[in-house]
Amino acid sequence: MPATWLVLIVLALSAIGYVLGRQRALQNAGGDSRALHSLPSYYGWHVALMALVPATGLLAVWLIAQPLLVENTIAGQLPDSAIPESSTRSLVMSDVRRVADGLDLAVSQGAMTRDDAATLRSEFTQVRERLAEVGVALGSDVNAAVLSAAQDYRSMSRVGNLMMTIAVLAIAALGFVYALSRTDRDFRARNVVEQGIRALLVAAASVAVLTTLGIVLSLIFNTLEFFKLYSAWDFFFGTTWAPSFGGGSELGVLPLLWGTFYISLIALLVAVPIGLFSAVYLSEYAPGKVRSVAKPLLEVLAGIPTIVYGLFALLTVGPLLVQIFGDDGVGIMQASTAVMTAGLVMGIMLIPFVSSLSDDIINAVPQAMRDGSYGLGATKSETVRQVILPAALPGIVGAILLAASRAIGETMIVVLGAGAAARLSMNPFDAMTTVTAKIVSQLTGDADFASAEALVAFALGMTLFVLTLGLNVFALFIVRKYREQYE
Amino acid sequence: MTDASLPENSAAAPAHRSLNTVDARTRKRNRAEARFRAYGIAAVATGLVFLVILLGSILFNGVGAFQQTFIKVPVYLDPAKLDKSGERDIEAIKKVSTFGYTPLIQQGLFDVVQAAGIETPLAKPGDMKQMISPSAAAQVRDTVIENPDLIGQTVDFRILASSRVDGYLKDRVFREDVVRDKNIDVEHLDIVDGLVAAGIVVKEFNLTFITGADASESRPEQAGLGVSILGSFFMMLVVLALSLPIGVAASIYLEEFAPKNRFTDLIEVNISNLAAVPSIVFGILGLAVFIQFAHLPQSAPLVGGLTLTLMTLPTIVISTRASLKSVPPSIRDAALGVGASKMQAVFHHVLPMAMPGILTGTIIGLAQALGETAPLLLIGMVGYIATNYPDGLASGFMDPNSAMPAQIFEWAKRADPAYYERAWGGIIILLVFLMTMNIIAIILRRRFERRW
Repeated sequence: MPATWLVLIVLALSAIGYVLGRQRALQNAGGDSRALHSLPSYYGWHVALMALVPATGLLAVWLIAQPLLVENTIAGQLPDSAIPESSTRSLVMSDVRRVADGLDLAVSQGAMTRDDAATLRSEFTQVRERLAEVGVALGSDVNAAVLSAAQDYRSMSRVGNLMMTIAVLAIAALGFVYALSRTDRDFRARNVVEQGIRALLVAAASVAVLTTLGIVLSLIFNTLEFFKLYSAWDFFFGTTWAPSFGGGSELGVLPLLWGTFYISLIALLVAVPIGLFSAVYLSEYAPGKVRSVAKPLLEVLAGIPTIVYGLFALLTVGPLLVQIFGDDGVGIMQASTAVMTAGLVMGIMLIPFVSSLSDDIINAVPQAMRDGSYGLGATKSETVRQVILPAALPGIVGAILLAASRAIGETMIVVLGAGAAARLSMNPFDAMTTVTAKIVSQLTGDADFASAEALVAFALGMTLFVLTLGLNVFALFIVRKYREQYE
Repeated sequence: MTDASLPENSAAAPAHRSLNTVDARTRKRNRAEARFRAYGIAAVATGLVFLVILLGSILFNGVGAFQQTFIKVPVYLDPAKLDKSGERDIEAIKKVSTFGYTPLIQQGLFDVVQAAGIETPLAKPGDMKQMISPSAAAQVRDTVIENPDLIGQTVDFRILASSRVDGYLKDRVFREDVVRDKNIDVEHLDIVDGLVAAGIVVKEFNLTFITGADASESRPEQAGLGVSILGSFFMMLVVLALSLPIGVAASIYLEEFAPKNRFTDLIEVNISNLAAVPSIVFGILGLAVFIQFAHLPQSAPLVGGLTLTLMTLPTIVISTRASLKSVPPSIRDAALGVGASKMQAVFHHVLPMAMPGILTGTIIGLAQALGETAPLLLIGMVGYIATNYPDGLASGFMDPNSAMPAQIFEWAKRADPAYYERAWGGIIILLVFLMTMNIIAIILRRRFERRW
C-alpha cells in the first residue's frame, strides 16, 4: 500500500519538522525563548503543519481523482467493437478493472513477472486460466481489447502512482523547507498556526454541508438517470409495483407510499396516545421517585436498535397476531408479516420519542399558568386539558410530525415485519411494503446499477428524502410560528 | 372552571350548599380527574409492559443460543482410511477429504449407541448421520492434520450435534413434528434420549457462538458471531477515528469562532437536518459515493465506517456543542485576561473542561452507530457470509466482512428456527455491548460532570 507509506513518510517528516522548527527558532533567539515572538512550540507546529497539511490534502485529492481520470481515459479508448451487444461500457470497464486487479495479484504472488503481465497477449495465453490460478475468477474469457485496456489501465495507474508519490513528497518537502526558512525570532508563528488551525476547523464544519451535498447530488444524478429510462409520470402516478429484472417492469410508487403511510399511521395511533399520556402523567402527576424510574426506563425503548424491533415484529408480534386474527381466529390475516405487525412495533419504538419531546415541552409551560388555573378552582386534569395542552400544542404537533418523519424513514422494522408485496389494500392485516423496504430490496444483491430496476431505488430515496425533510421543516415552522413566548 | 358564572347555576343555587356534602357536579369532576390520572398510569404502564415483553422475549428466545448440544464420541482414526501409504506423509493425509472422516465418526457414534445398550431399529452406522453436525468431519480432520500421530488411535472428540438434535433438547423440535421432517426421525430422538441419560449427549456453554464465524445455511449449530463482532469493531474504529476529531473541530468552530453569517447559518441548518435524515438515505449516499464513485470495496468495514461516520457526526456535534456551551464564559474571560489568545483559551481551558461531556456524547453516538443496520444493507454487508477472520489490520478494514446487526439480520432472513435462535442470541450480545457503552457514558457523566 504505497499511500499508507506515503502518509507515514509525511508524518515522519512533519515530526522532524516540529523538532527542527523549534530548535531553529530557539537558536535564532540565542536560546532565550523570551526573545521570540511566539512560544517555541508554535515554531515547531508551524513547520509540522506546513509539511503535513498541504501534502495530505494533495494526497487525498489525488487518490480520488486518479481512478476517475484513468477510468475515463480507458473507457474512452475502448473501441465500440469491444462492447458486446448485450453489455454496456460500464460493464466492460468493470471487467477491465477485474483483469487489471487480477494481473496485479498475479504479479504480487509471483505467478507472473511484471513484464509478463504488461506484454501478455490473449491470442497466445489463456488469461482466464492463469488468473484463476491466483484466485481471480472471471466470468467470461478475456478478449484482446479488454486485456490491452487492462494493461493500459495498469500502466496508467502505475505512472499515476509514481507521479503522486513524487508530487506529495515534493509538496511536503517544499512546505517543510519554506516554513523552516521563514523561522526566525520575529516570525509571528502563533498567528500563522492559529490561522491554519482555524482553517482546519472551518473545513471540519463544512463536512456537514458536503454530506448534504453528497446526499442531494447522488440522489439527483441517479434519479435523473432513472427518469431517462422510465417515465416520471408512470413512476409518480403508477398504481402497480412489479419490478422484473428481465425488463418490462412497472414501477409505480403509489402502492409503496400507501404502505408507508398506512404503517406510519398505525404507528402514530399507538405511539401518540401512549406517549402523550405518559408525558402528561410523568410531568404533572407522578411523584418524583416514579418519574426518576419510569422516564429512563421508557427511554430505553429509544436506545434499542431497530433490528431488534424488526426481529421482535417478525418472530413475536407477527405470530401472536396471526393466532388472534389468522385463520384459526378472526380469519382476516394470512401471514405474520402485515401492516399491523410493523405498525404496532414501530409504535412501540416511537413511544419514548413522543413522550420525551412532549415532556420537555410540557415542562416548558410556566408554573404561573398552572397556578392561575388551580387558583380558579380547576382540577389537575382540567388544567392539563384546558391550559397546559393548548399552551404546549405547537410543540406537541411538532413532536408528532418528527415522530411521523421517523416512522416514514424507518427501515428494519418494515423490511422484516411488513412483507414484500406491494399492494393498495385497506385491510391492515394484509402484507404491504414501503418505500424504505423497496430501496433495500432493489439495491441489495448484484443488480447492475445502470438498470431501471436498480436506479428506481434512488428515485425512491429522493422521494423519501423530500418527504422527511418536508415534514421536519414543517414541524420546525409550526413550532416557530405558533410557539407561545414566555419569559 | 368558569361554571360559577353560568346563569342557570347561579339561578338554581341552593341557599344551603355545604362543602361537606359532595354534589353531583363535583363528583363528576372528581371522577373525570381520577379517570384522567388512570389513563396516564395506564399509558406509562403500557409502555413499561412493552419494554418488559420486548426484553423478555429477547431473553427467552435468545438464551438458548449460548448453549449447544455436543456429543462425546471416541473416534477410531483408521489408518487404512486416512493414511493408506502408512508413511504419515502430511500431504497424503491432507488429500483425504471430510468425506473420508464422516464414516469413522458415524461408526464411533454407532459403537457408543451399541455400548450404551440403547435398543434401536437403526442398524447401520450410516443411520447416525442425522444426529451429527456436518461440521464434525472438518473438526476431526483438522485435528488429525494438526497432529498426524493420532492416526491409528482412538481419540475422544466433542463434536457438535446436528441442529435438529440440538433443537430437540432445547424444546424447539418436537416428536410430533419430526414425522414430517426428512432431516431426522423419531428413532434418532429415542437414541438421543438414551444418550442424554448416559451423559454422552450434553448441553454445554457455547463459546463458539460468541467467537466463531458464520456458517452456511444448513449448519446453524456451527454459526457464531465472532467474525462480525470484529467487523463491527473495525467499523467503530473508523467511526471513532473520524467522527470524534471532525465533530469536535466542527463544534469548536460553530460554538467559539463562527461569525454570524450566511455560511454559519447554512452549516447549522445542515447539521440539524442531517440529524433527522433517515438512516437508509445515508446508506444510499455510501453506496453512491464510496462504492459507485470512489470504487472502494463492497462490504468492507472501512466503507461501513465511513457511512456511519457521516450518520454519527450530527449526534456528536450536537452533544459537543451542548457541553462546550455549558462551560461558563468566565473561564474564557479569565484565560483571555491573562493573555491567552482566543485559540489558546479554547484549546487549553474550555476544551478540557468540556471533555467529559464530549466523550459521553461520542460514546452514545458510537452506540447508536453500532446498532444501525439499514445503511449496512445497502453497502453490501448483508448477504456476505462472514466465515473468515480478517488476517491483519489492513485486511480488517478492507476485506469484506459483516457487522453484528447485519449478521443478525442475515440470520433472521434464513427462515430456520435454529437460526432465529441465533439471531435472538446475537441480539443479546449486541445489547450487552450497547449497555456497556451506555453505562460507561453514564459513569463518565456522573464522575466528571461539573455543575457550574
